[in-house]
Amino acid sequence: MESRILHLAKKLRQREITSRELTSQYFSAIKAYDSKIHAYVRLTEGLAMEAAEKADLALQKGDAVSPLAGIPMAIKDNMAIRGEETTCCSRILKGYKPTYDSTVWEKLSCMGAVLLGKANMDEFAMGSTCETSCFGPTYNPRNTDYVAGGSSGGSAAAVAAGTAVYALGSDTGGSIRQPAGFCGIVGLKPTYGAVSRYGLIAYASSLDQIGPLTATVKDAAIVFDAIKGHDPKDHTSRKDTSAAPVADRLKGAVKGKKIGIVKEYFENLGRDIKEAVHKALRYYESEGATLVEAELPVLRYAVPVYYILACAEASSNLGRYDGIRYGYRAEKYADINDMVMRTRSEGFGKEVQRRIMLGTYVLSSGYFDAYYKKAQLLRNQVIASFDEIFDKCDALVSPVAPRTAFPLNYASDNRIETYLSDIFTVPVNIAGIPAVSLPCGIDKNGLPIGMQLLGRQHGEETILDLAYAYEQSGRSGVLPPDMGVKL
Amino acid sequence: MKYEMIIGLETHVELATASKIFCGCPTAFGGAPNTHCCPVCTGEPGSLPVLNKKVLQYAVRAGLATNCEIARTTHMDRKNYVYPDLPKAYQISQFDEPICKNGRIVLENGRTIGITRIHMEEDAGKLVHEGNYTYVDYNRGGVPLIEIVSEPDLRSIEEVREYIETLQLIFRHIGVSDCRMQEGSMRCDVNISLRRFGEEKFGTRAEIKNMNSISFIEKAIAYEYARQAELLDNGEKVVQETRRFNESDGTTESMRGKEDAQDYRYFREPDILQIDIEEAFIEEIRAGLPELPPAKKKRYTEVLSVPATEASILVKYKNVADFFDAAVAAGASAKNVCNLIIGQIFRGFNTEEEKERFALPIRPAHLAELVILLDSGKITANIAKQTLEKMLSSGRSCMDFLSASDLASVDNSEVDKLCRESIAANPRAVADYLAGKEAALKALLGYVMKATRGKANATDVEEKLKNLVSGQ
Repeated sequence: MESRILHLAKKLRQREITSRELTSQYFSAIKAYDSKIHAYVRLTEGLAMEAAEKADLALQKGDAVSPLAGIPMAIKDNMAIRGEETTCCSRILKGYKPTYDSTVWEKLSCMGAVLLGKANMDEFAMGSTCETSCFGPTYNPRNTDYVAGGSSGGSAAAVAAGTAVYALGSDTGGSIRQPAGFCGIVGLKPTYGAVSRYGLIAYASSLDQIGPLTATVKDAAIVFDAIKGHDPKDHTSRKDTSAAPVADRLKGAVKGKKIGIVKEYFENLGRDIKEAVHKALRYYESEGATLVEAELPVLRYAVPVYYILACAEASSNLGRYDGIRYGYRAEKYADINDMVMRTRSEGFGKEVQRRIMLGTYVLSSGYFDAYYKKAQLLRNQVIASFDEIFDKCDALVSPVAPRTAFPLNYASDNRIETYLSDIFTVPVNIAGIPAVSLPCGIDKNGLPIGMQLLGRQHGEETILDLAYAYEQSGRSGVLPPDMGVKL
Repeated sequence: MKYEMIIGLETHVELATASKIFCGCPTAFGGAPNTHCCPVCTGEPGSLPVLNKKVLQYAVRAGLATNCEIARTTHMDRKNYVYPDLPKAYQISQFDEPICKNGRIVLENGRTIGITRIHMEEDAGKLVHEGNYTYVDYNRGGVPLIEIVSEPDLRSIEEVREYIETLQLIFRHIGVSDCRMQEGSMRCDVNISLRRFGEEKFGTRAEIKNMNSISFIEKAIAYEYARQAELLDNGEKVVQETRRFNESDGTTESMRGKEDAQDYRYFREPDILQIDIEEAFIEEIRAGLPELPPAKKKRYTEVLSVPATEASILVKYKNVADFFDAAVAAGASAKNVCNLIIGQIFRGFNTEEEKERFALPIRPAHLAELVILLDSGKITANIAKQTLEKMLSSGRSCMDFLSASDLASVDNSEVDKLCRESIAANPRAVADYLAGKEAALKALLGYVMKATRGKANATDVEEKLKNLVSGQ
């Protein structure tokens, strides 16, 4: 599969098409298909055409260095763009226009990126189906009876539907990788701190990480290269992220690589999924990789640890939405306390309220030691376990989720099952390591199956290269996006 | 008094850094509402805090100056509570790993007051009530604070005052804060309980919140002492609670009881990484610490022979002490510099703040130049005073004002001659002096001073007269 970004970048430079024309084509595709998919919650046409015009000028003058110049894309609705409504798909942020740009957008817009619009998401990124959005669900472009996954469902669906060349999402417990898996595209969750979180509206600060959702592995590498790097505005941003571009170094080198198989990652799996991932493992073996068996017993605690830590941080991060400074404010109230209470009760959806309450509970005095403190200790164990594994392996291969996309409205009746389906993705966030998800097969319902490659800290190049090899072998059987703009 | 008062203070001090604790906005006091603000100050969604390194330096400096241990690793925590002046609904503070702990300061009476801990945190914004509306100003939001928590070691109102004044003195001296209570850059919470003398166990304490003047603190403590004593006398119990001081009538009233105490749900601030403090960082700060007030006072009295009262006044104001030291270092006598500062220059300053600022149009070297002339007897005390007055109003050097005749020193033999003349001309005064009336010498002195038009050194002349009269 060819890089879509490089393909378009070439066309733009050879004047086969202008960025304005390309952007218009994408808006036409959005108008044609997005009523069925609902990947977008807001279009930024004015901003996009302006950016496209600027990109065209730069391309003409030969000033456009980045391959992303003039390329239309989407951003999840939880990243700040100055003056553009940003809501986290929550009623409580209705009308909120940031007074500043997130660092990722600052970087991309400097490179000439063209923003088509803000992508749908689970409210405050809390969900695995993109159904908790106050704007309604996103539908899976592969089969609209199913969800796109979440929380970055809109970002995944836009790329899978061909209504954006690439998109940015955020991943707190699998929110990039799982929707990418459900929609049959590529999603990269970078090392914690590799990409600045400045301007990413926080769900769980110690777990959140911005990353790309793309049609191909090379595209993921190109976007990652564009947004990574130390940011003095984010204290958790890492100074040791390599500046060398990963995209230029993808060779598909499998030979001699040690690929770990964690047996706990293959328990309680759907049969189709197990077979698809094993098939991929056999491919790596046939190409000269060594498969190494590994154990991660602490995986059984990963989901509770994740929900305790994420909800605890969320309960604090979401305390600021009180109707005083921005966003939604209840219409009727008796006094200030009443106003804050009503605003929050009316402004937050049920899932968000549930997680705020859970988080408040685990941080309360008397319960802190039993929950939060214990979860922190287990977090350290998860980190140590992965360290040990990556002493022996270059990467781990696992399914992205125990199942393929949920049917619509399934999650609200099967909440615990939905929470538990995060089991394979959350350990990556708990440990702060990178992981890339990519399609590796199709289930009996014709839905894409995703696998993920996990790497050590700053191991993006290794996992992307292995993913690139598999993708180039053409074995996944998942077709590239074909609904939207024909490339 | 059958009860002993047990007091511990929590003192909040605004640090004098130019920018805020987690962003680059200015900390300057005042300014139109919400003009010293950015997305970090107003807690805009997605904004992130970055710790100002200067705050860390100042906190370590404050810790070293109060004999604290400095942590090698520390971190920030979130203190969660809802109030409109707190835009993130949590204050970034420190909970279980403060930057400084186990310090102490020593009072004049020799008692040591333990400092449990010093931690760093951000200030909140300010609510302004006007008519039916309440407005919020976030200019102060994010101004760096340190909180100094004392052990319950204070035993009297006088000790409390001295403890607070000592903190002010030290922090001003090391430049970490101006500690102005009336501007809110220093505030205290007072924890007070009573116990019978001789008892070991502490009684139940009440906390009086947010006091912004020493005299209010004194009044509040006096009131609380009486209130708690009366309860204990009547066999009733003191309730653990938070109380508010009423400035109008000097009483305190209950704000909330222990059962309503807030659960702050402290947890580690995930947006700020662990802070590792290197030995070299601490040593650099230690090396840069100025001489602290207690040591300075000792040096003034013991090495420079400044009387204790004057030494206390000089060290009370850092700028004054610095000026004094510089003038003395330039060769002027400590005694005359001290006298001119306290006796003359201070008269131009009416408030404590003016003395603190000690804004003068002349430099220490200018004063030294004048004092050296005085020290060597080239000019008289009178002329020195008149000249200093002119220097202070013009900012010019003394040489611009001293005429040749001012500078013409009176010949020693001339003075001798005049002294003898004076004794001869005033036998009555001589007799009175010899009979024990010290004041009679003034008449003899007056004769000489008049004859030299005030240019003779009065002290020298007096000495000479005494010797001559006694030797007769």
